[in-house]
Amino acid sequence: MACVPGPVQSIERAAAILRLLARGSGRLGVSEIAASLGLARATAHGILRTLQGVGFVEQDEESGKYQLGAALLHLGTSYLDVNELRSRAINWADALAARSGEAVRIGTPLDGRVLVVHHVFRPDDTLQALEVGALLPAHATALGKVLLAFDAGAAAALLETGLESFSRRTITHPRELSRALVEIREMGWASEVEEFTVGEAAVAAPIRGQGGLVVGAMGISGAVERLCDPRGRPKPTLVTYVRDAARAVSRDLGASRW
Amino acid sequence: MVERYVMSVDQGTTSTRCMLFDHGGRLVSVTQREHKQHFPRPGWVEHDAMEIWKNLERIAPEALAQAGVVPEQVAALGIANQRETSVLWDRHTGRPVGRAVVWQDTRTDALVGELSARPDADMIRERCGLPIATYFSAPRVRWLLDNTPGLRERAERGDVLFGTIESWLIWNLTGGPKGGLHITDVTNASRTLLMNITTLAWDDDLLAFFDVPRAMLPEIRPSTETYARASRVLPGVRIAAALGDQQAALFGQTCFAPGEAKCTYGTGSFLLLNTGTEPVPSTHGLLTTVGYQIADEPAVYALEGSIAITGALVQWFRDGLGLIASAPEIETLARSVEDNGGCYIVPAFSGLFAPYWRSEARGIIVGLTSYITKGHLARAVLEATGWQTREVVDAMNADSGLALKALKVDGGMTADNLLMQFISDVLDVPVIRPMAAETVSLGAAYAAGLAVGYWADLEGLRRNWHRAAQWLPSMDPGRRETEYDNWRRAVERTFDWIKPAGK
Ligand SMILES: Nc1ncnc2c1ncn2[C@@H]1O[C@H](COP(=O)(O)OP(=O)(O)O)[C@@H](O)[C@H]1O
Ligand SMILES: [Mg+2]
Repeated sequence: MACVPGPVQSIERAAAILRLLARGSGRLGVSEIAASLGLARATAHGILRTLQGVGFVEQDEESGKYQLGAALLHLGTSYLDVNELRSRAINWADALAARSGEAVRIGTPLDGRVLVVHHVFRPDDTLQALEVGALLPAHATALGKVLLAFDAGAAAALLETGLESFSRRTITHPRELSRALVEIREMGWASEVEEFTVGEAAVAAPIRGQGGLVVGAMGISGAVERLCDPRGRPKPTLVTYVRDAARAVSRDLGASRW
Repeated sequence: MVERYVMSVDQGTTSTRCMLFDHGGRLVSVTQREHKQHFPRPGWVEHDAMEIWKNLERIAPEALAQAGVVPEQVAALGIANQRETSVLWDRHTGRPVGRAVVWQDTRTDALVGELSARPDADMIRERCGLPIATYFSAPRVRWLLDNTPGLRERAERGDVLFGTIESWLIWNLTGGPKGGLHITDVTNASRTLLMNITTLAWDDDLLAFFDVPRAMLPEIRPSTETYARASRVLPGVRIAAALGDQQAALFGQTCFAPGEAKCTYGTGSFLLLNTGTEPVPSTHGLLTTVGYQIADEPAVYALEGSIAITGALVQWFRDGLGLIASAPEIETLARSVEDNGGCYIVPAFSGLFAPYWRSEARGIIVGLTSYITKGHLARAVLEATGWQTREVVDAMNADSGLALKALKVDGGMTADNLLMQFISDVLDVPVIRPMAAETVSLGAAYAAGLAVGYWADLEGLRRNWHRAAQWLPSMDPGRRETEYDNWRRAVERTFDWIKPAGK
């Protein structure tokens, strides 16, 4: 580690603003907040705008005054509604299916498993059934491994309950899973080759929200022959399609760096 | 070789979207901005046309930047727009005269009542395919001319121009006060009550009936044709298509053959059926409208079932009542209960459109008991869209003498799985979403790309259509009948709410 930085001033100030708003009974204007904390008006305004952007404060349309935001009350629960995630991702999920020629799924974590919140059919007009609402095992699917890789708590909980085997290739050793998750974090995507269903492969990448928080995973799945090269590794072009699509959704959700 | 793309602008009721598509019709970039909805009085709905233009000025370059594309790589631009919404502007300053009056606005209901009572009102439907209603542009233009001092004189001199939103955008893109092109396309013109549905030209009798001066009207052009090159925002890019958003969706769903239909679920919802090159009159409350006209080929007509309020009801639930924070949360809330608890919402906010055409109807919530929670209300909100679809599909089946076998859908509300399942349940046919939920944008792009030879023909476009999702009916037939009956009884209770003035 290069150096341990001291406290970040703007975060301390943001915390003070939240305390101030929590203390008062009514709403406060930007000048009142600036005066109370001895901040320049522009500084207070900048912090308030940022807090508003993440939902921690809300601004009254008429008076322009600020109060604590509803998101603060729901800090523990998921901040992005799954139906909203689908709405925000639907265009890019379609484009990914059209480009890759494969079925697309979006998953979010639910009680240690993956909830399929969106599903786009493989674009070959064959009969397929919607799998929205299905639950998939986290450690045996590309979607799930992405979610585990970016949520240490969920990964630890799963390792404690044990890893069920679905095929000869399912990862069932805790240490092997931990290694796989490190690799996924480094590469920024995950794959699954016959680990859940024999003959099937999948590739997935994280969908990030504001500040880089992973809110879901998006990926394609299909026959091993189509998704993988002769050596059984996912084809690089398909990986690129998946990562680009997940990045496009992330950008839409306000994740600036991805 | 540098890659080339087609750009589309979808100027919708709630937002403006700009998209780039590649040769496979696949999305390359998308930018979007909402504009403000102004509700200055009950029944009034307005947009600021300048705000909409500024939004386009901002999002079009953003869409290019997102994909790392320069204007030279854009083969053509296609525009789709919210229809009937009327803008008047000063041709010398480029300033709109007041706010644009939106298609949902009902300020003209008294005027519409007067006009409908005239003995020569009978010829209107036959001449232009539409009933006289607050929905269409002509009464709105007339109202503005009557209620803005001095405006009529300026309009007669040609100093003030009328246009639907595509006219306004094209005029601005091609230079505005400095030589802007004042045109509209046949599909948009077919929504004014002023165009002859057979000759596709402004009709003197209709102009006289509504007392709208010809000098303020744009020139009517085919839906696909290189109108001009943009001189601003996207300098040099060919503007090669314009269509009303619903017609653009018909095009994007590749409903090119008679008998093919789609329903687009946005602010309102619109079922359009391709009827071929002859206008077919409706006897069940549908509209006869132009589907599209490719260059100098004969126009293709459509029958349309228009529903004014579907997504707008969700929007009201969010903004008016504050019961949800975002539109998609309606599904989360609706899934928190098993059923509607006996509650029905009929959103006759702008009167009822197809198949009723009752301008005096207003919205109601019926079946309220202490049992009802916001979850039940959320269900009733979504179910209102389902039942309104059922009514226009019934009308379409009756008019065409054929039963619809499956419904192709698109638009923002198709992201709602609970709603799509419900629509399939109440229609008792499969509901199919193609692999481009933004079919309006895709249709505008297709039309523009076709005009400049980026795509060769309609058959090629058809091959891009793929099924992305399908919902199959699973409702018990008895329950379907009971619920439909409840819905119809609820609808009857909305009638005659607004009384004619002085009674
Ligand atoms: N998941 C959803 N469930 C229900 N309604 C939705 C959902 N997502 C968006 N909507 C509604 O769809 C409409 C936006 O769709 P869009 O096709 O963009 O409309 P328009 O073109 O008329 O502006 C809004 O009225 C919104 O309330
Ligand atoms: Mg639209």
